Amino acid sequence: MKVTNVENVTRVYKIGEVETQALRGVTMGIEAGEFTALVGPSGSGKTTLLQLMGCLDQPTSGKVFVNGKDVSTLKRSERADVRRGTIGFIFQFFALIPTLTAYENVEMPLLLNGLKSDERKTRVMELLQAVGLSERAHHKPDQLSGGEQQRVAIARALAPKPTMILADEPTANLDTTNGEQVMEIMSKLNKETGVTFIFASHDPRVIKYGRRVVQLQDGLIVQDTIAKTNKKGK
Amino acid sequence: MKQLFKMAFRDILRHKRRSIFSAVAMGLGLTLLLMFTSFIEGEMRGSMATSIKLDTGHIQIQAQNYDKNKNSLLWQDLIPNPGQIADQVSSTLPVIAATPKLFASGVITLGNASSGVRVVGIDPSSPAYEPYKTGLVAGEFLQRDDNSGILIGKPLANQYKLKPGDSINLLVNTANGDVDQQQFTVRGIYSTESSSLDKAVVFLALPKAQAITQAGDHASIIFILLKDQNQTDAVINAIQAKGLKIVSWKVLNSFIMDFQQYADSFMSLFYLIILAITATVIINTLIMAVYERTREIGILSAIGMRSRSIMGVFFIESAIIAVGGIIIGWILGGMVVAYLTKFGFYIGNFGLTGFTTSDTIHAYLTVAKGISMTTLTFIVALLAAIYPAWLAARMEPVEALRSAQ
Repeated sequence: MKVTNVENVTRVYKIGEVETQALRGVTMGIEAGEFTALVGPSGSGKTTLLQLMGCLDQPTSGKVFVNGKDVSTLKRSERADVRRGTIGFIFQFFALIPTLTAYENVEMPLLLNGLKSDERKTRVMELLQAVGLSERAHHKPDQLSGGEQQRVAIARALAPKPTMILADEPTANLDTTNGEQVMEIMSKLNKETGVTFIFASHDPRVIKYGRRVVQLQDGLIVQDTIAKTNKKGK
Repeated sequence: MKQLFKMAFRDILRHKRRSIFSAVAMGLGLTLLLMFTSFIEGEMRGSMATSIKLDTGHIQIQAQNYDKNKNSLLWQDLIPNPGQIADQVSSTLPVIAATPKLFASGVITLGNASSGVRVVGIDPSSPAYEPYKTGLVAGEFLQRDDNSGILIGKPLANQYKLKPGDSINLLVNTANGDVDQQQFTVRGIYSTESSSLDKAVVFLALPKAQAITQAGDHASIIFILLKDQNQTDAVINAIQAKGLKIVSWKVLNSFIMDFQQYADSFMSLFYLIILAITATVIINTLIMAVYERTREIGILSAIGMRSRSIMGVFFIESAIIAVGGIIIGWILGGMVVAYLTKFGFYIGNFGLTGFTTSDTIHAYLTVAKGISMTTLTFIVALLAAIYPAWLAARMEPVEALRSAQ
C-alpha cells in the first residue's frame, strides 16, 4: 500500500515578477516501510517534493495523495490535521522548540493528538530511550549537541506513530560521526517500527543508506533505483 | 492548554527585560487610569459634599419666583415667615438643621479699596453653621441678636488686613431697590476648605440682615441639612409648604452633576488614549516575538498545531504580560491613590470666587471603578494581541520554515 504518491505534480514559486519552476511534472509513489532517499543537487526539487508529500505545501498542478487521500486542495486547517496524525518531520536545522526540554519537545505532538498524561510519559521515555537520550530528557535544546538535538527531532517525529517521516537534509548540519549516528538510528527505527522514511540529501554518505534512491534534476525525476544492499549490506 | 501556557510563559521569560518593560508600560497605564478615575471621583464627591455642607444643603425651600443667581430682595421672590416653616421641618422630620437664609449683594469698602461680596443673613444658633464655627480662625461666631457684627472669610481678612474688632463699611442692596450702608465690626474670621467661597461670602445675623435690606421677616431660602442624604426624596414629600417650591441637592448642584457627566465623557476618551498607547507597546512586543519565532511557528504548524492554538500562545503571552502589568499597576496605583486619598492634591481656587469646590482634592477610588479599570486594561491587552496572533496563525508552515533557513 502506498503511503504517499504524487501524480504529475508541478510547483511554481512566484517571487515578484520572477517565476521559478521547482517541480515540472513529477509522478512517483512510496510504499509503506520504504527507506527512500531523494537525491539531487540544490534546486533540483527535493525539498519541494518532500513538502508536498508532507502536506506543508500545495502543488500548482497535479495531485498529492497521503494514505490514499487526495490532499492537494485541502484547507490549511485540514492539512494540519493530516500532518498531526500521520506525518513526522525532521529538518536540517535542529527544529526543536528552544523553550521546551527534550521531553516536552517529544511530548508536543502527543499533546496535539490528545494522549493522556501517563500514555504520553511512557511513549516519550520509550522514544528517548530508542534514540539514546533518556538521560538528557530534561535538558533544553541549547544544552544538547547538534547530534543530540537531531535525535530528539527523530523521537518527536516518531511520537504520534506516523505512517511516514520526512527528513530534509537531516545530517546537513552535523559532523560525520553524528551524521552517521543519526542515519543509523533512522535506519534502525525504520526496520523496527516499519515506519516509512523519505529523506532528501545530496551528501553521498547519507544517500548510501537509502534502500531506494530517487534522483531529481531540474524538477524532474531522472532516475529511480532500488539498492540491492545499503552500506552495511543490510 | 497547560503546554500552551508553559510555552507562552517561557517565551516571555526568554526576553525578560522586554517583557518587564511591557508589563511596566501596562502597569503605568493602569496607574494613570486608577489615579485619574479616583481623582475625578474624589473631586466630584468632594465638591458635592462641600457644596451641600457649605452652600446648598440637601434641600432648599424657595419662593416660586426665587432665582439663585439674582439675589433678589423683592418680597415676591422671598419666603414670608420662614422661621415657622423651618421650625416645623426641624421638629417633625429627620434633619440636622432647617434654617432660613437671606441673600443680598453687597460691597465691602475700607478706605479706597472695595470688594463685592454676597451677604448672607443666618441664624447663628443653627447646627447648619458648624463647619463655619469649627473653621473660626480668629474672634468669635455671631450671636442671633448681634446688631453690628459681621463674620468674614480669611482671604478677605488677609486682603484688608482685618482682625476681630476692626470696623468695615458694608453697602447692601435693599428690597426697595436702594442701597444702604453701615459700619460693622468684624466679629470673627472663618476659614473653610473652599477659599473661593471664603473670599466672597460674609455673614450677618438674620434679624440684622433683614433690617438692613428691608426684607421684613422674609428669607431667601430655608436651608435644610439632612441626617441621611438617601432620605432626600422622602423628606421632600413630607414637607408641607404651600405655594413654595422644594428643591433637592441634585438640582441645586446641577452644575456639578453636569460637570461630572462631562468629565466622565472626557475622561473615557483620555482613558482610551492611555490604553491605546499601552496597547501599542504590547502589539510591538508581540510582533517582534512573532518575527523572532517564525521558525518555531513553522515547526509547530508542521507538527500539526492548529492556527487557533498558535494564536492562543500569543493571547496567553499578552494575558501574562497584562497580569504582570496589573500587579504593577495595583502596587504603584495603589500607592498613588492612597497618598492622594490621605493627603489630597492642592489645586487652589483657580482664582474663582463664590464656588464651593475644595482647594484640595482627595482621591476616592470605588471598588467598582478599580475593577472596571483593571478589567479594561486586561481586555485591551487581549485586543492588542489580536493582530500579532493573527500574523502568526496565518503563516504558511512552508514559508515560515523557509524564511528561517
